[in-house]
Amino acid sequence: MTQTFDSGTRPGGPGRSGRSGGLFRRDSAFRRAPGRRRGSPRLAVGTLIVLGLAVLVVPVVARLDQQLVDLGAASLPPRPAHPFGTDEMGRDVLLRAVYGLRVSLLVGLVAALVSVTIGTLVGLVSGALGGIADRFIMRVVDGVNSIPHLLLGIFIVAMIKPSVGAVIVSVALTHWTTTARIIRSEVLALRSRPFIDAAISGGSSRLRIVRRHFLPHLAPHVALAAVLMMPHAIWHETALSFLGLGLPPHLASLGNMINDGARSLLAGNWWASIFPGLFILLPTLAISALTQYWRDRTSPRWRSELQL
Amino acid sequence: MLFAEGSPAEGLRADGITVAYDRRRVLDGTSLTVRPGIVTGLAGPSGCGKSTLARVLAMLLRPAAGRLTVDGTEVRRWRHRADLRTRVALIFQQPRLAVDPRFTLLDVIVEPLLAAGRPAADAIAHGERLADEMSLTADLLTRRRHEVSDGQLQRACVARALALRPRYVICDEMTTMLDASTQAHLVARLESYRQETGAGVLAVTHDTDLLARWCEAGAVHHLPAPDGTSLVR
Repeated sequence: MTQTFDSGTRPGGPGRSGRSGGLFRRDSAFRRAPGRRRGSPRLAVGTLIVLGLAVLVVPVVARLDQQLVDLGAASLPPRPAHPFGTDEMGRDVLLRAVYGLRVSLLVGLVAALVSVTIGTLVGLVSGALGGIADRFIMRVVDGVNSIPHLLLGIFIVAMIKPSVGAVIVSVALTHWTTTARIIRSEVLALRSRPFIDAAISGGSSRLRIVRRHFLPHLAPHVALAAVLMMPHAIWHETALSFLGLGLPPHLASLGNMINDGARSLLAGNWWASIFPGLFILLPTLAISALTQYWRDRTSPRWRSELQL
Repeated sequence: MLFAEGSPAEGLRADGITVAYDRRRVLDGTSLTVRPGIVTGLAGPSGCGKSTLARVLAMLLRPAAGRLTVDGTEVRRWRHRADLRTRVALIFQQPRLAVDPRFTLLDVIVEPLLAAGRPAADAIAHGERLADEMSLTADLLTRRRHEVSDGQLQRACVARALALRPRYVICDEMTTMLDASTQAHLVARLESYRQETGAGVLAVTHDTDLLARWCEAGAVHHLPAPDGTSLVR
């Protein structure tokens, strides 16, 4: 029954229906249209909610003494009292990871937002104006690009006192160029489409076209750029911390923790670096799954093709 | 001063228009006048520059040479900066490409009214009236371009084109992709608009039957084929 129903209504059914018998019959309910990732973002939203709550609630419930050292409890593997174990200073990895996630998410989010905002504005202005203005702006972008961005980032952060703000400024000011390029090329492609001509002919001003046509079309690209920027920003925070230019070493940040944990990894203390690593991976994957879902929803051409 | 403004009777006038795409010249000193109140035809084989001329007339494309006057006022600024651009409406050949995929049909029709600064409620009421004149039902108005047929979409495009009550309407192969009954419906709507407002219409098409039925006998321009092969054809 199920099989006939499936192959009759779903494209590509007959080729696969052989697999959906017996134990795997329920597989048909999860079968996805080609090119589409998840039907529902529940898992991703759930992950983000859990991590978000942890980041917001835990610091209220349990305070972390950043300077505390308890050598008697050093390098303990995971156990009920310390679910993620302790590091070589005897500090609870779970509590520090939650605090670190807070710092890293803040750095990642703010730096990604700032750099993507700069990039979007530059790309939009460059693409929408075109001509000499476009060429000039793109040469500036080339100029910034020609300097290795870690080096430029170090230069910027070295001029400011080591702090969260310095890391944010450093990452944001070195990472807007990719976004600017992507957005510019998207705007150039959009500009030549007939519906933009139709809008101009209908009396829309430049600003109105940017607002009504360009920005809504660019939103998925901007979001994607921001999401892709977040882990990158977090990694830069790690790199800068490692070089002693980012966050002070005693502060719990995921970057500091992984670097600390890496030293004891050879001694078999996998928990001190694996758990902070997961704390970087999980929110990043969840946000990117959400972006994918959003793109499916807001890209009507894809949607129409998939629903046929 | 009164004369400098020009009189509406002069129409939409293109003089010696030449357009260059990179090195290639598409139109070579073409002249054409669209007079108010009558239907002018523009014919020619494909690739001869009909659509290019239509875009010049709609102030969307700056010609390399030649001048365009709207009711006696010369057009010196083009595209976004052309002040008179809403006086000329352009209906595109492919409605699917001429509509933002994110817009509902109502958004499409209302957009020029909003761009002209009309209050939203007023614009929506006006848009619904325009849609009704094109026999677009209320349930269609909430759909997007991939959820309606070409004919329905083109009707929305005609409603959009007429929203600001243009003095001139340029129909660039408006009905080429559509069936006969939709074609008749669109032409009838433009005819009633023309009779009601005295607007000038330019019918751009290679469909000679349509031109014969729709245009005044002496008002059909023929563009030569590219590279001067029109004599051979």
